Amino acid sequence: MRKVFAILLLGIFGYYILNTVLNLGFGNEPGTVGKHYLDSTINNIGCVNTVTSIVVSYRGFDTLGEVTVLFLAATGLGAILYDKKSKKREIQHASLIVRVSSQIFYPIIVLLGAYVFVHGHLTPGGGFQGGAIIATGVLLMFMSYRTFETNHNILSWIESLAGILFVSIGFTGLLLGHTFLENFLPHGVPNELVSGGIIPIIYIAVGFKVGAELTTLLDNMLKTIRQ
Amino acid sequence: MIYYITSVLLILIGMYAVLVKKNLVKIVIGLTIIDAGVHLLLIAIGYVQDATAPIFSTESLTSDKMVDPVPQALVLTAIVIGLGVTAVALALIIRLYDHHKTLNINKIRKLKW
Amino acid sequence: MIWLSILVFVLCVVLIVAALFAIIQRDLMLAVIGTGAVSVILSILFLILQAPDVALTEAAIGIALTTIIFIITLKKTTRYEE
Repeated sequence: MRKVFAILLLGIFGYYILNTVLNLGFGNEPGTVGKHYLDSTINNIGCVNTVTSIVVSYRGFDTLGEVTVLFLAATGLGAILYDKKSKKREIQHASLIVRVSSQIFYPIIVLLGAYVFVHGHLTPGGGFQGGAIIATGVLLMFMSYRTFETNHNILSWIESLAGILFVSIGFTGLLLGHTFLENFLPHGVPNELVSGGIIPIIYIAVGFKVGAELTTLLDNMLKTIRQ
Repeated sequence: MIYYITSVLLILIGMYAVLVKKNLVKIVIGLTIIDAGVHLLLIAIGYVQDATAPIFSTESLTSDKMVDPVPQALVLTAIVIGLGVTAVALALIIRLYDHHKTLNINKIRKLKW
Repeated sequence: MIWLSILVFVLCVVLIVAALFAIIQRDLMLAVIGTGAVSVILSILFLILQAPDVALTEAAIGIALTTIIFIITLKKTTRYEE
């Protein structure tokens, strides 16, 4: 009975949403906002990757909110899964092949993550992707070495300093007579590593922050099954 | 066109799981599938026929043959937020299981609808 | 060009099948692998739709991290749906 009701409801919903979406047309020219961003990104921001310039500069305040939400999720997850009892760790490592190959791959994965967030204004990628790749590398070590631990003090210091850097860059723009998070540094030559003003600095800060947050999140989740 | 139909189907499949399934992990899986459908829908709306990615990697690229960058920036944000939402939901599920020893929402009486 | 449309059609069909598999399967571990497959195909589709930034995000977050936190949850709770 409930299934029939749900399918009926979803049929009506699907009909109307499909009708709306199919009227939009596929493959048309971008709207006026997207067109403006595409035309002005090199002259206004000096950043060749338009998605990065939207995420960090045109809608930088949105990104600040996003980083805050991720921080709240990591903190809230730690609070929900907090357990006072001290736990004995089971000392059973993964097999030798997994351990040796993860030792080889761990530095390469972290280096790839750092590359992705340093070049966020030139190539696809950026702080969020780079931070997630670094967290994946740490996860590989968690999986292969059961006794591998991260230092929570260092992680929370990295996270706090990166967040402070992000906000203080925004306020520096305000002090110099621009708006919050406006690009106040010289733009440089497009397609060079040092270009785009404040965008590389902010994306490096976001990369460190997201990497530390996701590592903390994974560590808190993994702690629950390691008893 | 096929992208629109696929993404709407994904949204409907996910909503069916959220509405009908009794298992809490299945409901969260349904939420991630709804997420995937919405992301595909937004990216497909921003697509332009025969266009390149919105990155001016060489001098010869011009802005009149590029896809819309705004939906891509939105989806970039949405994916990361989706991970946070999923993680908190799963942490709550672990705590619920500790308390009730079941994942069936009919047996957890206060979650019944 | 025709080969690209055929590839997109096949990927879309596999996407729907993987999503249905993730919903119908009673063994939750296999269902989680199904959502991972949805993420993989979605990432390829984003690349075809000229969104490399989003494809990279989906590859790092959707495939690796989401799957792993689901598996940790299953390890902590039950694997089979009653």
